[in-house]
Amino acid sequence: MKVAVTSKGSDLESQVDPRFGRAKYIMIIDADTLAFEAVDNSENLNAFKGAGIQAATLICDKGAEVLLTGHCGPNAFTTLKAAGVKVVNDVDGMVLDAVTSFKNGRYTFAEEANVDGHW
Amino acid sequence: MLISVASGKGGTGKTTVSTNLAYALGKRAVILDCDVEEPNAHLFLNPEFEETENVTTKVPVVDMARCTLCRKCADICRFRAIAVAGKTVLVFPELCHSCGGCFRVCEPGALSEGLRELGDVEKGVSGDLGFVKGTLRVGEAMSPPLIKKVRTYHDLSRINIIDAPPGTSCPVIAAMRGTDFVLMVTEPTPFGLHDLKLAVGAVRILGIPHGLVINRSDMGDDKVRDYAKAEYIPVLMEIPFDRRIAECYSRGGLIAAMVPEWKESFMELFQKIQSQVLS
Repeated sequence: MKVAVTSKGSDLESQVDPRFGRAKYIMIIDADTLAFEAVDNSENLNAFKGAGIQAATLICDKGAEVLLTGHCGPNAFTTLKAAGVKVVNDVDGMVLDAVTSFKNGRYTFAEEANVDGHW
Repeated sequence: MLISVASGKGGTGKTTVSTNLAYALGKRAVILDCDVEEPNAHLFLNPEFEETENVTTKVPVVDMARCTLCRKCADICRFRAIAVAGKTVLVFPELCHSCGGCFRVCEPGALSEGLRELGDVEKGVSGDLGFVKGTLRVGEAMSPPLIKKVRTYHDLSRINIIDAPPGTSCPVIAAMRGTDFVLMVTEPTPFGLHDLKLAVGAVRILGIPHGLVINRSDMGDDKVRDYAKAEYIPVLMEIPFDRRIAECYSRGGLIAAMVPEWKESFMELFQKIQSQVLS
């Protein structure tokens, strides 16, 4: 199963980036093997508008089934939900630890966005 | 003739100048309140409205039965108003700028036109003066299409006074573009000058003749006057910081209606604008 985690850096020891749409990197991680791809999100970081929607589209395209992040806005949440991607908000700490916590079932999936648009 | 009244900085007296100028001109004029996010000229002119038009903008609606998930619509949209998520196409109408790009690139014809409400335009009279007001729907972020709609109510056989929103971004440009003259209202303060410079920059790009009204002119410093002189921008009127003017304003009154000399001054202001436009 592929898990997407917003990250401040490009490896598993990096800190989770609390921002979703404007996160520095989006890590696409195989939860079982921990094989990962670090997707540079810098283009989206400076996006004029719709960064959350664009990042959500990217995650859907990469085939991730779950997103672990800090804050997810309404448009991004709607997009992820449409593609069946489950969202965990308020995640912090190291990317690797977040994936482990997720595998151990310590997170609950969000029912809705946890911040307003343009937060 | 089309005269837009702009400022850069908010609260400098655009509406005071627009309403008094319009009042002084009376039946020769139409005032168009293009400050659609918070129109307030009606508070001073108490118009009677005769008609209301609801204004909408086109947004795409997706027919998934025809959609091939080719993504061309999502790719062309600069505003991310369309997203392809899995096997679904999502439209975010509030982000759409109605450019029509998605309709053009959609080969299977899966998009049809939906509507998003922008606000309304009301038309009426204040005595002999024509009065038009645009009001943006609460929650709507995009005012330029509504401002453009308000402007279609101009009457080219009369003097049209456009009360523009503050700032220097798209809404102001929509209110100023294509006008014959921009009357810039400023105040002699550092903020007034700072934002005036930005506004002058925008007006110069648009290539429109312009002049200044300095409001609360006996406050602050001389830097606005020095700037105007250095940049060859004519100062067409000065309104002093006077308690009677402030009291009149806060009661929703017009100094041109209260004091005959002020009515004369606004008529002179118009004459100066006219000679600037003609020269």
